[in-house]
Amino acid sequence: MNGPFDFTLSLGDDALIAAQRLGEWATRAPEMEEDIALANIALDQLGAARLLLSYAGELEGAGRDEDALAYLRDDRQFRNCLLVELPNGDFAVTMAKLLFLSAYQLPLYSALTGCADERLAAIGGKTRKESAYHLDHASLWVRRLGDGTDESHRRMQDAVDQVWPYVHELFTADPAAPVDPATLRADFDTRVTAVLDEATLTRPTDGWAPAGGRDGVHTEHLSFLLAEMQVLHRAHPGAQW
Amino acid sequence: MTEPRAAVAAVVDPEIRVVTIDELGILRAVDEDPATGRVVVTITPTYTGCPAMDVIRADIRRALAVAGHPDAEVRTVYSPAWSTDWISDSGRAKLAAAGIAPPAPVRAGTVVPLTLAVRCPRCGSPETEQVSRFGSTACKSLWRCRSCSEPFDHLKAL
Repeated sequence: MNGPFDFTLSLGDDALIAAQRLGEWATRAPEMEEDIALANIALDQLGAARLLLSYAGELEGAGRDEDALAYLRDDRQFRNCLLVELPNGDFAVTMAKLLFLSAYQLPLYSALTGCADERLAAIGGKTRKESAYHLDHASLWVRRLGDGTDESHRRMQDAVDQVWPYVHELFTADPAAPVDPATLRADFDTRVTAVLDEATLTRPTDGWAPAGGRDGVHTEHLSFLLAEMQVLHRAHPGAQW
Repeated sequence: MTEPRAAVAAVVDPEIRVVTIDELGILRAVDEDPATGRVVVTITPTYTGCPAMDVIRADIRRALAVAGHPDAEVRTVYSPAWSTDWISDSGRAKLAAAGIAPPAPVRAGTVVPLTLAVRCPRCGSPETEQVSRFGSTACKSLWRCRSCSEPFDHLKAL
């Protein structure tokens, strides 16, 4: 990395893949209100993805629009972090993923509002308001499950332990980017530690730190996700409704 | 021929059909080129993923065509970001009359709005509780009144 195109593409891919994963919960959430909540958060992520991918296409200048970028790239060309492509797991895993993603996206989008690129600043000003609601929602659930029954505590701690290694990739330094992700780590740590403490959960120790998403080296899970997401568009090129 | 601003301002929101896009603060500008008669309408979405935008754009073009302005363009802007503070007083009154509790003012500089007591739009009681932070559309949350037991929507402060 990293020019403005790669940076914008990676943010757009984070939001797109997160939207697709959250959408998998539709009709399957533990309660109806949560079903609606997850679908709404997925819709917010999809909205952010459309803005970011449309702009990435303009920056690239090769005539690719949001649809071309979303539907006509293969896994090695996606630049999303590994965190968002991980399977949903149980509800605790989904909430751990959403907590970490939104605790990263909120300071990221907030920082974008002050960057020199006017388009990215406008997108950040719009999306950070929505991220604040996502973080709030995930925080509530992590606290409720962590500080709940023995079983909910055990499963929430398992989920945090399972997902934690994937947060490090989010903050890989990139001084040339419009916002250097490394500068967001302190904000993330403050927010996440406060939630984990209140949830009586233990913050995992830092160790194994898988990465590669920003370079197009993904887990096998992304290929399956893309197959489902892209099949209609690839079978019927240009399909619209 | 109706003046273009008046024609566009009367377009109702497709998902909250009691208020116009003007009252919601979605409508940002209506400019008519006096030489060509071409009308450029500028709108902004409530939420980035708002699925009503395509319908709103189509409704604006239709309203302008009916008003005698067939040459129209609808532009979408994202900055400054829409805020519930832009909902007009008449819009708030119409929301409340339709059973949707209007949003509290957003405190300047914050992105996590404090949820203050939301009054029941039916009976006016402040004894209400949130059922879900996300409601029937992205911009609403679901509440219930403990006094009159009615469920109701609340337009979230943003």
